[in-house]
Amino acid sequence: MDLTLLLIQALNGVQYGLLLFLIASGLTIVFGIMGVINLAHGSFYMIGAYLAYSLTAWTGHIFWAVLLGAPLAALLGLVVERLFIVHLYHRDHLQQVLLTFGLILIFNEVQSIIWGDDPHSVAKPEFLEFSIPLTDVQSYPAYNLFLGVVCLALAGVMYWVVQKTRLGMRIRAGSSNPEMIQALGINTKVLFATVFSIGVTMAALAGLLAAPERSVYPGIGEQVLIISFVVVVIGGIGSIKGAFVGALMIGLFDSLGSTILRSMDHIELVSGLSVDNLTSVTIYALMAAILLWRPAGLYGRAQ
Amino acid sequence: MVTIPRLSALLVLAAVVIGLALAPVYGETYAIKVATRMVVFAIFAMSLDLLLGYTGLVSFGHAAFFGIAAYSLQIFSPEYEAANLLVALPVVLGVTAAAGALIGALVVRTSGIYFIMVTLAFAQMLFYFFHDSQIAGGSDGAYIWVKPVLALGQTVLLDFESRETLLWFSIAAMLAVYALLVVLLRSPFGQVIQGIKVNEHRMRALGYDTYRYKLVSFVISATVAGLAGFIFACIDGYVAPELLGWHESGVGLVMVILGGMGTLLGPIVGAVAFLGVEELAKERALVGPLAENFQIVIGVFVIAVVLLLKNGLVGTLAGAGKPPAPTPEDETAGDKS
Amino acid sequence: MGAAAGAGAIAGFAPTKFAIAQPAKVRVGLLLPYSGTFARIGEAITNAMVMRFAQAKDMMGGREIELVKLDSEAAPPKATENTSKLVNSEKVDVLVGPVHSGVAMAMAKIAREEGVITVIPNAGADQITGPLCAPNIFRASFSNWQPGYPMGRVLAEEGKKRVALCYWNYGAGQQSAQGFKDGYADGLKETGGDGEIVKEIGVPFPDVEFQSVLSEIAALKPDAVYTFFAGGGAVKFVKDWAAAGLKDSGIELTGAGFLTEGVTEAQGEAAEGLRTTLHYADTLDNEVNKIFRRNYKEMWGKEADVYGVQGYDTAELIRIGLEAVDGDVGAKDDMIAAMAGATIDSPRGPLSLSPAHNPVQNFYLRKVVNGVNTVERIAVEALADPAKGCRMG
Repeated sequence: MDLTLLLIQALNGVQYGLLLFLIASGLTIVFGIMGVINLAHGSFYMIGAYLAYSLTAWTGHIFWAVLLGAPLAALLGLVVERLFIVHLYHRDHLQQVLLTFGLILIFNEVQSIIWGDDPHSVAKPEFLEFSIPLTDVQSYPAYNLFLGVVCLALAGVMYWVVQKTRLGMRIRAGSSNPEMIQALGINTKVLFATVFSIGVTMAALAGLLAAPERSVYPGIGEQVLIISFVVVVIGGIGSIKGAFVGALMIGLFDSLGSTILRSMDHIELVSGLSVDNLTSVTIYALMAAILLWRPAGLYGRAQ
Repeated sequence: MVTIPRLSALLVLAAVVIGLALAPVYGETYAIKVATRMVVFAIFAMSLDLLLGYTGLVSFGHAAFFGIAAYSLQIFSPEYEAANLLVALPVVLGVTAAAGALIGALVVRTSGIYFIMVTLAFAQMLFYFFHDSQIAGGSDGAYIWVKPVLALGQTVLLDFESRETLLWFSIAAMLAVYALLVVLLRSPFGQVIQGIKVNEHRMRALGYDTYRYKLVSFVISATVAGLAGFIFACIDGYVAPELLGWHESGVGLVMVILGGMGTLLGPIVGAVAFLGVEELAKERALVGPLAENFQIVIGVFVIAVVLLLKNGLVGTLAGAGKPPAPTPEDETAGDKS
Repeated sequence: MGAAAGAGAIAGFAPTKFAIAQPAKVRVGLLLPYSGTFARIGEAITNAMVMRFAQAKDMMGGREIELVKLDSEAAPPKATENTSKLVNSEKVDVLVGPVHSGVAMAMAKIAREEGVITVIPNAGADQITGPLCAPNIFRASFSNWQPGYPMGRVLAEEGKKRVALCYWNYGAGQQSAQGFKDGYADGLKETGGDGEIVKEIGVPFPDVEFQSVLSEIAALKPDAVYTFFAGGGAVKFVKDWAAAGLKDSGIELTGAGFLTEGVTEAQGEAAEGLRTTLHYADTLDNEVNKIFRRNYKEMWGKEADVYGVQGYDTAELIRIGLEAVDGDVGAKDDMIAAMAGATIDSPRGPLSLSPAHNPVQNFYLRKVVNGVNTVERIAVEALADPAKGCRMG
């Protein structure tokens, strides 16, 4: 394994991490402010991806798909919040887990009914249809870089909203002390609906933007669901900064860690189990280790 | 927690047991297998309720222990002869308890959402461990060729190849678990863990080492889940990594909620009712074209349970006619992380 | 074959004879995925079976055919119970399924215990026609080992010296890789050439994070890569491969045919020129295939694929069994003997069964041209699975 490979793997890791951040950021604010565990978050990512597919086919360009898809997702978020999530405030986590688990089953079947079960691809914008040479063999797709930049920009926007705006102030107050904002007379009904809608939009936006790079097929929502929970928990629930750091950690751990583990594939621990079989195990081991070291995640407040 | 009059609890329990034990009368193989599965999941749900309803710990990875036990039996069983229950059961439960102690020692340090997530993380780790490695067949799963027997010397007392025998053994196991948990919850230990559920700070202030109490509860719960996994592996003699998956853990939670958390009867009723609905959802005659998309039926059902049956079937029936009173569950709901 | 077709024609007239007596229907139970990721495969198999039965006017061996469908959910732990439901509760005479290897393992366990005649229309788990083979279990598709072997031979014969493997690290992927390695070794032995497997990369199933894998392959610069991916994973791998510039790097991307089966439309330009090996290709130039594809398109409004072919042959195998015993499903031994001895003129070419009841069939080297998997040549003729550990036949 040489240095160039490790550097390229670091780049791959950062890019994957940035996308994970985009998905996880919506999850962490819903988690942190409303205290709602939303297992259906992955389904909204999936819906975003399928919207990208349908809207790109309709409008002819992914940018229009994003511009149309994001408000549609925000609307969907409002509807779901009013119909289902509103019943979950002041209920315990268990019931939140279950209700949103039920939503996953429904969204999966709805996807199958509306869009069928074939995989689809979404066209990249033409001016990004090229690759940048990295080594004499490998080059890097321009769209991936673009995606990374957009994720970074969105992270910047979120930071600005949370730190500098009135809404952000309420969000911060809400995540540190939910009772206080009620006492201050802020309409939590509106705040919660807004926050949930933002969360859904972020997930769908991730799905919309990633669709040209990742393609669209059944089950993509559940693929990112558990991993984005890992990101949120590592970073500390409700912390945008934590989600950012957690996502980069997981991205780097995934690409660098698996490369290193695979270089040891000749080592057999016991019969039938070699070191490279542990690739999937390591991310969860990392999460467990971090939680045991800091039971509320890296940037979470201790309970 | 909902209190149920002791007499009616026993009556419901007796009705469920008799209904399940009569499975061989109204159907052969398939009815017996369904009844056995219901009993297995009743045991699993009871084990989960000890954590959820009595200790206040929401585990989202409980299927790990169910699966560890099933895999332990597969690995422990000789290929061409039957494992003896007298050895196999203690070994399997021992392995599961050890896993419970190891994982529990780590996860019980956390609480709230973090507890949910860290139990999920450990279950996922074990899932991938069995899925990605070649131990016990990897993703394709593995067979238990010869089902266990209970033998004293050369005399075979119980042979699990007989489906009726396995059903009656599992019902006996379920009743034993029920009795054990009733005794446990009335003991001083049981009082302490229930106190922890209501208010852990107070229990700590009273001088209890709450960590140790929670850990012991976790290990007992894991071991009981292992008993369920052991019997499950005996029904068809097939184990697969999905037994440890988060869907399986989620189904366990649904059963507890459906039946009623914090009652021992609830999980039993919940398991029977949930699997019953699943059986109905597969009947083409009843759900028509939806049979092909029957996950949607399950999804709507789960949501309906959460929204409409706040105290589960048992709690709702027991509370029928009484004015709704705030439950301790509501008081602790402020436990946001 | 002529005799079988004649028997079919006679069977076609049978209804009038039994119009009054109305013998009980033959119940065929389908345990296939009708929801989730594998639903499209379950649907293709079902469509082709329905078509084959309809061609026989739903009468085979003088008895009417009735289908009993159940969603396998592609969930192995539930599969034993679902199989039990079909066999013990629905009392099907013939069992068909599944798509997923883990489900097949669970299903085979019950099929062995109950002795019901079972035809597997897709799942490739080697064990089922290996150590777990049984007289009543048949496969109309392939073993996971099979599509890998011919690709190994092709690359060895073409003198590719450094080869890397990259596959989803689960049962099917590992067995496919083993097939490739066996074929590569045999090919080297035959040509007297030398070559080595430089790296094996197992990607956790069903992850699609391929960037780091591609970087590793690029750093190794092998002559060729053999892969096992399917569905959404295959789409993403092929597109990522092209986007990373590896298509023009001199490293050839090859794979088991699933890499480009039913997904070329989504892969687009990235799939052009890829070579894979499989037991079927859309453009196979034989009469049976042309008629099959035309009929399928007419009946279902879409193009047939390899899964449809497997479903079609599954129904064909059932027909041969039923006609040999005149619809008397009780004569199980005779039915099994007829099915085991069947030779089918399949859309995929000549098809017969090995002593372990796994297909013996041609494997074709295919190349994607304008989004279609076209046949280059027969890579290995009448390839049988080694059926290691099967003590039958």
